[in-house]
Amino acid sequence: MGSRHTGLYKAVLAAAAIAAGTLAATPSLAELKGLEIIAPASPGGGWDQHARTLQQVLQDQKLASGIQVANIPGAGGTIGLAQFVTAKKRSPAILVGGQIMLGAIVMNKSAVTLDQVKPLARLTGEYTAIVVPADSPIKSFGELLAKFKADPGSVSWGGGSAGGSDQILAGLIAKAAGVDPAKVNYVATAGGGELLASALGGHVTLGMGGYNEFAPQFQAGKLRAIAVSAPQRLAGRDTPTLKEQGVDLEFVNWRGVFAQAGAKPAEMKELQEALAKAVASPEWQDILKQRGWIDQYQPADQFAAFLKDERARIEGTLKDIGLTR
Amino acid sequence: MDTLAALGNGFLVALTPYNLLWSAIGVTVGTAVGVLPGIGPALTVALLLPVTYHLEPTSAFIMFAGIYYGAMYGGSTTSILLNAPGESGSIVTAIDGHAMARQGRGAQALATAAIGSFVAGTIATAALTFVAPLMVKLALLFGPAEYFALMILALTTVTAVLGNSLARGLGSLFLGLALGLVGIDMQTGQARLAFGVPELLDGIDTVVVAVGLFAVGETLYVASRYRFETEEIFALKGSKWMSREDWSRSWKPWLRGTLLGFPIGALPAGGSEIPTFLSYLVEKRLAKKPEEFGHGAIEAVAGPEAANNASAAGVLAPLLSLGLPTSATAAIMLAAFQQYGLQPGPTLFDSNPELVWGMIASLYVGNVLLLLLNLPLVGMWVKLLVIPRPWLYAGILVFSTLGAYTLNNNVVDLVILWGIGLVGFGMRVLNVPVAPCVVGLILGPLAEQQFRRALAISQGDPTVFVSHPISAVLLAVAVLLVVGPLLLRRRNRNAAAGGTDRPGTTSTV
Repeated sequence: MGSRHTGLYKAVLAAAAIAAGTLAATPSLAELKGLEIIAPASPGGGWDQHARTLQQVLQDQKLASGIQVANIPGAGGTIGLAQFVTAKKRSPAILVGGQIMLGAIVMNKSAVTLDQVKPLARLTGEYTAIVVPADSPIKSFGELLAKFKADPGSVSWGGGSAGGSDQILAGLIAKAAGVDPAKVNYVATAGGGELLASALGGHVTLGMGGYNEFAPQFQAGKLRAIAVSAPQRLAGRDTPTLKEQGVDLEFVNWRGVFAQAGAKPAEMKELQEALAKAVASPEWQDILKQRGWIDQYQPADQFAAFLKDERARIEGTLKDIGLTR
Repeated sequence: MDTLAALGNGFLVALTPYNLLWSAIGVTVGTAVGVLPGIGPALTVALLLPVTYHLEPTSAFIMFAGIYYGAMYGGSTTSILLNAPGESGSIVTAIDGHAMARQGRGAQALATAAIGSFVAGTIATAALTFVAPLMVKLALLFGPAEYFALMILALTTVTAVLGNSLARGLGSLFLGLALGLVGIDMQTGQARLAFGVPELLDGIDTVVVAVGLFAVGETLYVASRYRFETEEIFALKGSKWMSREDWSRSWKPWLRGTLLGFPIGALPAGGSEIPTFLSYLVEKRLAKKPEEFGHGAIEAVAGPEAANNASAAGVLAPLLSLGLPTSATAAIMLAAFQQYGLQPGPTLFDSNPELVWGMIASLYVGNVLLLLLNLPLVGMWVKLLVIPRPWLYAGILVFSTLGAYTLNNNVVDLVILWGIGLVGFGMRVLNVPVAPCVVGLILGPLAEQQFRRALAISQGDPTVFVSHPISAVLLAVAVLLVVGPLLLRRRNRNAAAGGTDRPGTTSTV
């Protein structure tokens, strides 16, 4: 009986917390007050989850207080980016972003680019899995490449949005295999359930997406992973890498955070230190494990250098595919 | 029998006072969220995720399920009373639901929506309990060709809402199709009809268009005629209960709506709007008085409302049995499972039976709670209609504007809302029906994407649409639905010309 009563009591307390709103801040010794985290996407997606996880960890670790998450969805994050760049500066604010944003900026001819924000830190990454239905005649990545080289159009590549990470990886694989990237028969989906269903149902030859999104289907024996874009095999998995199978490629769908261009050096330092402490916390590491995100933390200067190369690679590939000129 | 035993244990979990409380909180929040346009169940669950982190997973999911079902109930309220659909699944409800409200039958419209939602929710939950794996198998058979055929079938709904003038109806449809083209093309990533406005890149939101055409356009129109009309109050005429006739006209549409909603909800690209369109079409075709459709036919509220609730249960089938999210809310619930370190799929039923069956049982409980919550609310809601009309109209406009803004926190949406609202006003003045525009806007882009995907996969071979059996059957049904009534009418006309008078068999297309 006692436990039921405490249970009820907890329920009432939690209900009161919901009623009071989720954003209520407790005053603490936090360094950063009133931090705003912009997720340039709808609730529920990867960027939104990163924003909300950061909110939770920064708050619990007493690194910041009164944190608000704002969703500004649209156009691969470029709407959120544009608003972040042009917004009047009030409280400290950071923007969550990632690889897809790089492609979207070029594809949408965005007036605002990542030159107008300051890289703060790379946070996580996901490696891409290439999957086929369990009963597919294709047994290995080698067989897939042979089919692709013989008749590029006969292989339909299912993945996320046009110009996004998956299509870029498809283009890079084609190039490495000596096939014109413009010949890739890429079928763009809204990702998530739609992509998973077309892979499970065998409506596309292969599916591409975050390894962990597909992983439960490997265990259930409904999909087979024939390649992963990581530098070496993932811990506890036997999926061979692209490199092992003769395609010299590494590809990670990374996510990171940016500060406004007008952020002062002192503020940049504060933000960087808070993020460094947050990613080192056991809480952050636990959440990464649960979500299947891989720790790819890079501090600001390394991240900036990485971004430079990454931009060149992505913009070049989009041209090769023929999506941009 | 195993299923029944497991479900029984689920009820033991769901009926503890603690979990009942969470279910009650969930359905109440869900109803509120459904009533407010712009705030959907997806956003609500996402906002609550961090709060529920320290809660037991079973209780959290019981609450989320309550929110999801509740939102489907609440969505019809504003459609019927204010002509402002809160969710895209309630757009069709607005057509006849609001007409009923204007005739003083708002209470009956709300009641048939609430009871229909209960019936559909309960049957569909039972279907989820017993035939989920079968549904999922069916869902995976659907590829781009099959989806395209399904969209075409749904598009024949247009014939039910075209109105008296073919030219005007088609004009409205094409306006919708054109609006649907705005934004980034999914297959190539190129912007279409965006005119350099970044906010247009993601396309025009269907709820904004529906609210603009229905609520803003219609309100402006009646306001412009206000001076010339005698004051009439939309308040209740007669009883607030459903009459015997209302019941006898409602129960079949409830069942048919459920039958359409559940399987289409389980399709990964089905969506909650498509079964509502199909339900409207089916009801009009089967109705004894099809001429009442568009002017307050109770079947046109009962069927689509049952369909959208059944589709909500359908969405849970692939989510629980495969880990396949088929709607925005399902995607966030999947994230919630992962937050607790759980992975939906066949193994979940074995590893966490208490959670899965507790949640399924809570759906039955939630449905009862929703009926208990919503039926008494009907009396309160219809009082809204007693508000003097100038106040009511101003209220609708303010409410619509707020709702459109909350959708994306974006001023451009307001410009679109009022631009579309003025177009809607013009269409109303010129006697152009607005419903075909919404049908075109929702189905056009879906049909186009699936069409192009199907052709990309077949490398340009158009026979895929007839060589796939499911696709061929759906297309054949669509053709029958369009051509059939025309042939019937011609035969009737010939028969009438021949001297045999058969009243009541002519149908308006």
